[in-house]
Amino acid sequence: MSVFKRVQNILPAILSIIFALLAWQLTVQVTQLPRFILPAPADVWLRFLKALDDGSLLYHTGITLAEIVLGLLSGILFATATGYVLAKSRSLEKILSPYLVASQAIPVVAIAPLLVIWLGDGILSKVVICALIVFFPVLVNTVVGVRAVPPALYDLMHSIRATRLQILLKLEVPASLPVLFGGLRIGATLSVIGAIVGELVDAEQGLGFLLQLGDFQYDTSMVFVAVFTLIALALSLYGAVTLLERKFLKWQK
Amino acid sequence: MTTKPILTVQDLSVVFPDSNGGLHALEDISFEVAPREFICFLGPSGSGKTTLLRVLANLLQPTVGQVHFIPRQKPKIGMVFQQASLMPWRTALDNIKLPLELEGMSESKAREKALEMIELVGLQGFEDSWSRDLSGGMAQRVGIARALIHDPHLLLLDEPFASLDALTRERMWTELSRIWQARQKTVIMVTHSINESLFLADRVLVLTQRPGRIKLNVEVNLPRPREDDIRYTPQFGKLARKLREAIE
Repeated sequence: MSVFKRVQNILPAILSIIFALLAWQLTVQVTQLPRFILPAPADVWLRFLKALDDGSLLYHTGITLAEIVLGLLSGILFATATGYVLAKSRSLEKILSPYLVASQAIPVVAIAPLLVIWLGDGILSKVVICALIVFFPVLVNTVVGVRAVPPALYDLMHSIRATRLQILLKLEVPASLPVLFGGLRIGATLSVIGAIVGELVDAEQGLGFLLQLGDFQYDTSMVFVAVFTLIALALSLYGAVTLLERKFLKWQK
Repeated sequence: MTTKPILTVQDLSVVFPDSNGGLHALEDISFEVAPREFICFLGPSGSGKTTLLRVLANLLQPTVGQVHFIPRQKPKIGMVFQQASLMPWRTALDNIKLPLELEGMSESKAREKALEMIELVGLQGFEDSWSRDLSGGMAQRVGIARALIHDPHLLLLDEPFASLDALTRERMWTELSRIWQARQKTVIMVTHSINESLFLADRVLVLTQRPGRIKLNVEVNLPRPREDDIRYTPQFGKLARKLREAIE
């Protein structure tokens, strides 16, 4: 792709961001709202520089990122393992699916306080909340992906006497990868929500803590900084999944 | 048959369970195959042709009867399917070398062998193509190369050219005939095309409508290599009529 085309591709996004910032600044000037209700973009920018300078922003972002990554990875691990077993055994699916669906009916927000009581207000409770929220979409996509492996390819593998492990690694994993990646995209964005929900219940560190601190201290600019950092985190995670997808699924395009 | 058979099938029957006493797909099938023989099973759809191949490929257990391979109990099998059944996440070359990977052959050696197969099936220049970029005929060539690369004792072909257009199909007959003569494999192919069976096989066995039984067992004593115009010889015509009459 040429440089010109690249610029042309991202130009609308950049323009819309500039426009939104202008609209925001204009609203603040016209309405004359106090800073603790709606700070101007410039205030938020200065608060951002200050938080960056005293190291607090990086520290809390690091904590939240660690929770997200650990939660995402363990969630994916458990979800793909469970999903594979469910895809292979209809009877197990019949036994377990009521529990799995019921677990989805309970909002994570409702059980987050319980998990914090049981697992403490440290990083562990947030990792578990993250993993829980990631679990279901990845599980469902694993089941769908594994079930969608063409029967003819199983015949092929059996005819050349592939072992179970070879069938898993050389057929089932690559064949279900496209569907699995769909689940990973959803999981990656949900994991950010999971970490923040956990931190808002009770935490001494992390972006959720920073957000709550800003709220208590009427430091609304700080709240905005935390929110924008979260958006940046979610976007980078989504981008990382997309990059992986491009690397592993290059045969699709 | 003078040489010792490589494969004997005895009193083979396959019944698929269903609500009214089971679906009889194959009944009392017995035959022998000599080493390096090319035999064709010819039959209308629903005669259990594919079921027979699945039993021979050990993908399906027969309800009654036995399959004996002479060299050893578990022969290496190469199978070509109706649809090419390539893995879309692998290139042509990587699809071809799959059986060698499963045998644990080193990457460089497997690649070298796969390149030889690419040449044998005439796909030079398409080594790195994804399967979705291959035409039907090319995909089926990859399927044939994949079925041959691990030097199988038995090559099983399940109507491999059924989904191709008529011109490509006839070109593939010539190709397959050439490959078979170069590699000297024992081949069992099922088809519903009389021309295809006479063009390729040493012997044609005609199956009846379900339940499939062997109705006719004919030696095809046409000279090899068979060229396109063999189809216009009286001998070919006579055999074709005999087979046509046997198929209901």
